[in-house]
Amino acid sequence: MSFDLFMQYLTNGISLGSLYALIAIGYTMVYGILRLINFAHGEIFMMSLYFAFYGIAIFSLPWYMTFLVAVLVTAALGMLVERAAYKPLRHSPRITIMVSAIGASFFLQNLAVVIFGGRPKAFPTVPMFTKVIRIGNISLQALTLYIPVATIILLIGLHFLIQKTKTGLGMRAVSKDHDTARLMGVNVNKTITVTFAIGSILAAFGGIMWGMKFPQIVPTMGLIPGLKCFIAAVVGGIGNISGAVLGGFILGVGEIMLIAFLPGLTGYRDAFAFVLLIVILLVKPTGLLGEKTAEKV
Amino acid sequence: MNGSYRPTWGWTKMLEINNLVVAYGGIQALKGINLTVEPGKIVALIGANGAGKSTTLKSIVGLVKPVSGSISYEGKDLLKVPTKDMVRTGITLVPEGRKIFPDLTVLENLKIGAYCRNDTKEIEKDRDWVYELFPILKERNWQLAGTLSGGEQQMLAVGRSLMSRPKLLMMDEPSLGLAPLIVKNIFSIIKEIHSQGVTILLIEQNANVSLKIADKGYVIETGMIKLEGSGQELLVNEEVKKAYLGEAH
Repeated sequence: MSFDLFMQYLTNGISLGSLYALIAIGYTMVYGILRLINFAHGEIFMMSLYFAFYGIAIFSLPWYMTFLVAVLVTAALGMLVERAAYKPLRHSPRITIMVSAIGASFFLQNLAVVIFGGRPKAFPTVPMFTKVIRIGNISLQALTLYIPVATIILLIGLHFLIQKTKTGLGMRAVSKDHDTARLMGVNVNKTITVTFAIGSILAAFGGIMWGMKFPQIVPTMGLIPGLKCFIAAVVGGIGNISGAVLGGFILGVGEIMLIAFLPGLTGYRDAFAFVLLIVILLVKPTGLLGEKTAEKV
Repeated sequence: MNGSYRPTWGWTKMLEINNLVVAYGGIQALKGINLTVEPGKIVALIGANGAGKSTTLKSIVGLVKPVSGSISYEGKDLLKVPTKDMVRTGITLVPEGRKIFPDLTVLENLKIGAYCRNDTKEIEKDRDWVYELFPILKERNWQLAGTLSGGEQQMLAVGRSLMSRPKLLMMDEPSLGLAPLIVKNIFSIIKEIHSQGVTILLIEQNANVSLKIADKGYVIETGMIKLEGSGQELLVNEEVKKAYLGEAH
């Protein structure tokens, strides 16, 4: 393989990994704060694509307005799911909440079929992002370069929010101990709501960029990316945000490299994530950057 | 030094617990206890493991919902105040087992103690006061709290609670698991905090050290108050001596 071709694959891998990372953060943050796998997160990602689709296709808003509205509506949806499916079960056994999460996932998927229809729709493309650019002998969609840049900006913002703001301090406290955080005057319910909003906002950014990269949307499309990003979060160490980002990039680059070096296995590209999951669970069950005590006492 | 740490003289009773009954799944942990804390005093509640000491504190801050009885604080019905707003009323709890946030730095732990406040300048003043009380915390400013020793963690837990400028500071077994020398240190600092006008409700198995500094003491046994009196009275009480001070006859 020539160097140019390798670079092209690598850029594609990083680009795909960025999207995985953005979605994986939502899983890991919710797990960190509630010890809950939010199975509806993949569907929230899917919904964000439909919101963006309708913004452009029906309401003919300019793309930046559409994306902004889609991100905000997705955040609202994430908070709504938390309020409706998880908050009433705050003091229930974890298995109950998990079943509720699976229910929320199926509900959103079927709701999308009913409202948006089951047939695939073409996601409207924005020429500015889809135009092909050449760097030396590498030719890429502009989007492939914009995605990692946008992801890095979002990650810096997230880091600032979590490490430097009062809200972030509250989130870190709640993720350790709800009762003690409450004693400090932290509004735990509000903090959980904010966490769902942030996770959904990142999933929406990931979703919209996904839509431009793979411009076809169906109500079931949240399933496989959702599972893969959940795996990314587990591989990195669930509950750990840097871990989710690392897991996302490993998954994205690994998947593309598998296709690049072993074209015969192209049909198994989705299987790569699951094989990686099995290997990690066997070798390092807490994930690459996971805490030693994953279980909350 | 800290002019705002003034006792609230407006009420002769700062905290008043009446006939408090708490049950965990049908088993009564508290069988109707009465307890009052006057402003500006140190009150000690002593008793053995499982006597209901922690349950009493947990019901005051709303972490446990009582079956019946009342808790009032400065004339307000405390049972109606959710836990997250407790610190805004001036009540803080140093929880059993310290419960510091191990993944946060020492400074961040102190910051979260002042979570409900927005007066940045005054918060800094209080932080400096905490550093004065516990110089070791200043040295360990940027260290993750989980890396501190048990005694340092207890100091951090006390320091964190002071960051909310409490009027009533409640402590759940501050001496638990600490070396005698460190216990002595912590208790001298409790006296120092008290001298700044903070009212203190202390829960201890270590009857000796807590009754020595207490204005008033209660002895709790299997969910009932067995004895009450001044700290000095209880220290010389035969029953207390036999049961809690480990003195043979």
